[in-house]
Amino acid sequence: MSEIPGDLKFQKSHEWARIEDGGQVRVGISDHAQELLGDLVYVELPKVGDKVEAGATCAVVESVKAASDVYSPVSGEVVAVNETLNDKPETINEDAYGDGWIFVVKADNLDEMDSLLDPDDYAELIEDSED
Amino acid sequence: MTKHTILNATHRAAGAKMVDFGGWDMPLHYGSQIEEHHAVRRDAGMFDVSHMTVVDLHGARCRDFLRHLLANSVDRLKKPGKALYSCMLNERGGVIDDLIVYFLAEGASQGRLAREAGASATAEAEASPDMRRTRRAESAQGSVDSEREWFRVVVNAATRDKDLAWIERQAAPFGVTVSERADLAMIAVQGPHARARVLGLLDPADRERVEKLGKFAATEARGPGGMPLFVARTGYTGEDGFEIIVPEAHAVTLWNALAAAGVRPAGLGARDTLRLEAGMNLYGQDMDENVTPWEAGLAWTVSLDEGRDFVGRAALERQKAAGVPRELIGVVLDDKGVLRHGQRVISDRGDGEILSGIFSPTLGKAIGFARVPAGAHAGLRVDIRGRELPLRAVKPPFVRDGKPCEGI
Repeated sequence: MSEIPGDLKFQKSHEWARIEDGGQVRVGISDHAQELLGDLVYVELPKVGDKVEAGATCAVVESVKAASDVYSPVSGEVVAVNETLNDKPETINEDAYGDGWIFVVKADNLDEMDSLLDPDDYAELIEDSED
Repeated sequence: MTKHTILNATHRAAGAKMVDFGGWDMPLHYGSQIEEHHAVRRDAGMFDVSHMTVVDLHGARCRDFLRHLLANSVDRLKKPGKALYSCMLNERGGVIDDLIVYFLAEGASQGRLAREAGASATAEAEASPDMRRTRRAESAQGSVDSEREWFRVVVNAATRDKDLAWIERQAAPFGVTVSERADLAMIAVQGPHARARVLGLLDPADRERVEKLGKFAATEARGPGGMPLFVARTGYTGEDGFEIIVPEAHAVTLWNALAAAGVRPAGLGARDTLRLEAGMNLYGQDMDENVTPWEAGLAWTVSLDEGRDFVGRAALERQKAAGVPRELIGVVLDDKGVLRHGQRVISDRGDGEILSGIFSPTLGKAIGFARVPAGAHAGLRVDIRGRELPLRAVKPPFVRDGKPCEGI
């Protein structure tokens, strides 16, 4: 298990979120999630300009094993998507917290981030789930 | 209770991700399923298939029994060592399981194999090395056992219980003895370099004979340290290679020797993508007891030879005469996305469904088997999360000997 960057927040459904400048939130799936899924072979990205709701499906990642929904942690508008994933979905396997980001949302209300898990809480959650 | 093969600890030590498969704790992959897939297509990989059920059949009327049990004709097996793929059907023509049957001895010529790969009617005898030596001595003098023809059948793991019950019930009137060989492990070594890697581990005296082994044939050989092996030139990947049956006590040594020779361990994940690319069916997903071979792309395995009344034949003939309502076809998704089991397939003749569906590592796109109304080959679409994407019907296999097949 690779180190979880301290500036991330997590959903129980294994998405990470990072607050960036201008109220933007970058979203991906956790390293733990990519490990569970195995080799990724396809990512269905949202479109720039899409309105998304917190907790609603916003993207789909598909591995050799299964398809998995990716939920947006905040409501807002999609302002960027990671086009490299179209050709190289395995980027998520290789660097889940960096180059493997999936989309960026301009949040309507950043307070929604407060309900997410801190890295330590998330680490505890996945440790418990492995028991 | 989850069952473990003798190689379980070896898989775990190698960092395998383990999953439950038909009640067995088996390796899904050892890191990357796709890399394991490519290793088999380009070089050599190995699979622990010890979970599969090996059953030995003995008795004077063994061949008659198999004429009755199997939809394919066991009479195609004329020489000892030859193997045949067949379905075992119920009275409705539905597939109870698919299997490989080996014809192993008619007369004493295969006696060594029978003795040394532990292929005796009494499995108990194999538990003790001393007992085995005794049996070997007896057989060398030409015991009755080795004079008879006998057969070995390998069936699926998930269907073990019902298969054994069915085989035993059908065998009783023929006086055939059915012995499950839980004392044997099995390792499939597959890929363009698989045979060479295995040959390098064999006793030099056996090498030439094993090298000359034809496809779908088996022979005995000595492996590392003289261990007795049953080597079959068969597989489930579309590549050349061997499936090796070995007494459990030697399985870990053999596995490690293969790994040292450069054969890469591969898990069930790669096994699934390799077999589907090769156009091979998976029991439970592509066919089951409610599907006939006609409806499962398995007509080539059914032999309606004259005068042979196998279980399910009448039902198959009735269905053929009335018209087979559905068929199994190969499909390719040229758009982005992944085909999965259970997805709805839409055609102008009615709906069908995806049976096996994968992302093909060799082709870089999704492929699958679909069951569709008979003749529905054009204008097919698949429903993936509410989006309808066009499907292209193709004739399997998708990949053979490392390369995409023509038209795929």
